[in-house]
Amino acid sequence: MITGILFFDVMAVLVISTSIGMLVSRNAVYSALFLVLNFASVAVLYVTLGAPFIAMAQVTVYAGAIMILFLFVIMLLGAERLEGESTIRGQRLFGGLLAVILLGELTWMAVFQSGLSPAALTMPASDFAGPTQIGLTLFNTYLLPFEVTSFILLVAIIGAIILTKTDNIGKRIIRPGKD
Amino acid sequence: MAPISYYLVLAIIMFFIGILGVLIRRNALIVFMSLELMFNAANLVFVAFSRQYQALNGQISVFFVMTVAAAEVAIGLALMVTIFRTKHSIDVDQMNNLKG
Repeated sequence: MITGILFFDVMAVLVISTSIGMLVSRNAVYSALFLVLNFASVAVLYVTLGAPFIAMAQVTVYAGAIMILFLFVIMLLGAERLEGESTIRGQRLFGGLLAVILLGELTWMAVFQSGLSPAALTMPASDFAGPTQIGLTLFNTYLLPFEVTSFILLVAIIGAIILTKTDNIGKRIIRPGKD
Repeated sequence: MAPISYYLVLAIIMFFIGILGVLIRRNALIVFMSLELMFNAANLVFVAFSRQYQALNGQISVFFVMTVAAAEVAIGLALMVTIFRTKHSIDVDQMNNLKG
């Protein structure tokens, strides 16, 4: 009981400190690496919540694929430290104020208004969220959303290719000495 | 095991830091990473409530959120590469004109 809460506290401190590190890093590469660490610690929290499949998907999809894409783009653009002068006066202060108001509202709702029981979470059955159960639910109840997701990924692939395609690649191959 | 309100408060703090990143940072890549952080906070709440009510639907939702986030990141980073090519900057304050 008490060790579970202690473990949660350690992971929570890790999650929050890596998020703050992501927020305040001047260099975008450091931000991306902080975010990888953050995703990994959230994956550990998923394991404690009895969701091993989601935890593995988190590590492979988020900490693996998505963050590698981020690092590629940061290094491709050379955009590590691009933070010029702000053109809107007082925007940071106002944004921070609004964010703090939202934090206050959310905390008030979650702590005082939600009516959740303060009891510790109970242990689920041992095969609660294994790959078998997840697969059965995904391919029986959620088959149509699953297929729609594959279309979303297809559209994303086509969109990314069309957006980054440059028209002068063919010309350069045909006449290499002209320009 | 910790009570569910602990997870809820942790997710709220993560969401707050993500909002803060979107509102005060001007590097568009960091804004994007803050969006991912907010997705992650929402996913944490989904998984926590899935555990609370012993129902798998929350975890399936997380699965879909992850796929849509992957698609969104691919498109968004492609947009960013294109914007960098035309404006030589990805400062969000510089993206203020509709004519290229």
